[in-house]
Amino acid sequence: MDEKITKDEVRRVAGLARLELSEAEEDRMTGQMNQILGYMDKLNELDTAGISPMTHAIQIENVFRRDCVTPSLDRQDSLANSPETDGCNFVVPKVI
Amino acid sequence: MEIYSLSMHEIHDLLASRRAGAVEVVSAFLGRIESVDPKVNSYISTLADAALEEARLFDNGKKDFAASPLAGVPLAIKDVICIKGTRTTCGSRILENFIPPYDGTVTTKLRDAGAIFIGKTNMDEFAMGSSTENSAFGPTRNPWDLDRVPGGSSGGSAAAVAAGLCAGSLGTDTGGSIRQPASFCGVVGLKPTYGRVSRFGLVAFASSLDQIGPITRDVEDAALLLQAIAGYDRRDSTSVDLPVPDYRAALSEPIRGLRLGIPKEYFIEGTSPEVLAAVRRAIDTCRGLGARIVDVSLPHTEYGIAAYYIVAPAEASSNLARYDGVKYGLRAGGAKDLMEMYRRSRSQGFGPEVKRRIMLGTYVLSAGYYEAYYKKASQVRNLIRRDFQEAFEKCDALLAPVAPIPAFKIGEKSDDPLQMYLSDVFTLPASLAGIPGMSVPCGFTSDNLPVGLQILGPHFSEELILRVAHQFEQATMPEIGGRKTEILSRLA
Repeated sequence: MDEKITKDEVRRVAGLARLELSEAEEDRMTGQMNQILGYMDKLNELDTAGISPMTHAIQIENVFRRDCVTPSLDRQDSLANSPETDGCNFVVPKVI
Repeated sequence: MEIYSLSMHEIHDLLASRRAGAVEVVSAFLGRIESVDPKVNSYISTLADAALEEARLFDNGKKDFAASPLAGVPLAIKDVICIKGTRTTCGSRILENFIPPYDGTVTTKLRDAGAIFIGKTNMDEFAMGSSTENSAFGPTRNPWDLDRVPGGSSGGSAAAVAAGLCAGSLGTDTGGSIRQPASFCGVVGLKPTYGRVSRFGLVAFASSLDQIGPITRDVEDAALLLQAIAGYDRRDSTSVDLPVPDYRAALSEPIRGLRLGIPKEYFIEGTSPEVLAAVRRAIDTCRGLGARIVDVSLPHTEYGIAAYYIVAPAEASSNLARYDGVKYGLRAGGAKDLMEMYRRSRSQGFGPEVKRRIMLGTYVLSAGYYEAYYKKASQVRNLIRRDFQEAFEKCDALLAPVAPIPAFKIGEKSDDPLQMYLSDVFTLPASLAGIPGMSVPCGFTSDNLPVGLQILGPHFSEELILRVAHQFEQATMPEIGGRKTEILSRLA
């Protein structure tokens, strides 16, 4: 089985996913992802030319509602689970 | 007969006829949880005070048992469904302290029907797993053999029902997470058609696949519970606005003349001979009940695993991007900037399987790989849907195994993610196609492990599959029902 993903790529994907992996985790992840992605090659046995991709389990039509103001979650309730707030906003570490 | 060994409808009969009070019933389950759950670990949280308070409202006459068939009945809810003011962890460290500010729609519906919530059940973290070993709160054990897994991801819900720790429960099924644990624990599980039950207030894993459904002691209970939670909800745009039939009324009709299809791809080498034997006996039973057994083919079955393990992680990687340590959930300390805070919080908060799926999902959606993986898998998903469509032109419903093996040992597959994924082979296709599926107990292995019969039907055919399941259950009651009661006394 040829290598599907290198350790460098695992590191790049972890960056995209906002994950920090230890050296040991990177090694394990590289091995496991190669094994799993290798298995996915099975799909190439099928000719899917002209088959439309299916993204919903059932026929779904767009749902519209009237654009009007209705009560929603209270501000204090919205903030209640936050690790850090100033009472009316979420507080985060320095962005720039 | 102990209260904890009764089904939901039997308990409701007791309550409605005043042969037991609601406090008595709730206390029976709470006592049972206290003595048995340390062995099983089916609950992440129990809600003793709130449940007793609710029960007193019935006993004081402020609430009426006649209001609904669920009034006063103690239920367990998988810890991925929001109950307002009650910790909802999803089996994850990242949500260890999350208190939802609102009820999920199913929660509201059950509350309105008078059901009493007695606890939140254990699960694989974010419903990702087939064994309930991926919980940050420790694995759940199978009541039939405490060294074995209960299946997953709704392993806590299935084990709680099997062990008499609740009258019935809700699970969720994305790729088999209701049907497979129901099969492993010898209880009834029903995954409704995608869109039948609102997902509002269900913490999202893979939004095009997730569906909430009942896990119960018998088929009648599954019908009652589905009745209470089904229906359109304007807060879930994928819920479908179709009338909800009377599911219980559909149960009693015989299955004589129904065409039941046997998909040959579900009877393959690699499946445990004991599982195959139990399912074949079940097919004979259905034939004996007058059903016509027809051979059918679902030719793309073997591609279901690869398609699912691309589509579901892709959706998960996107859904789980919300865990950023800002609005809720764990935030890691000591980060020098926002990006580092994101990375550290997510890395500390998520367990290995969740990280693996986020990585897989991010990879298959990333530039250069999208066509080869995600698009290809979505096309194959369409082929799998067409397989079912064509099969249902030749038969009314399908009979098959739920899983190729009975409950496996704790730790047996946890180091090999691909092996774990492969064990989902018979449940994934129905999830991809969005059709409803059930697991109903159909036999036992020589080690006394339960085996489930999977019944699949076309979209919105819950009445039909419940009816097949009920008629089968009635025909096999003496043998299977007896064993289910036996296991309860063995645990005490």
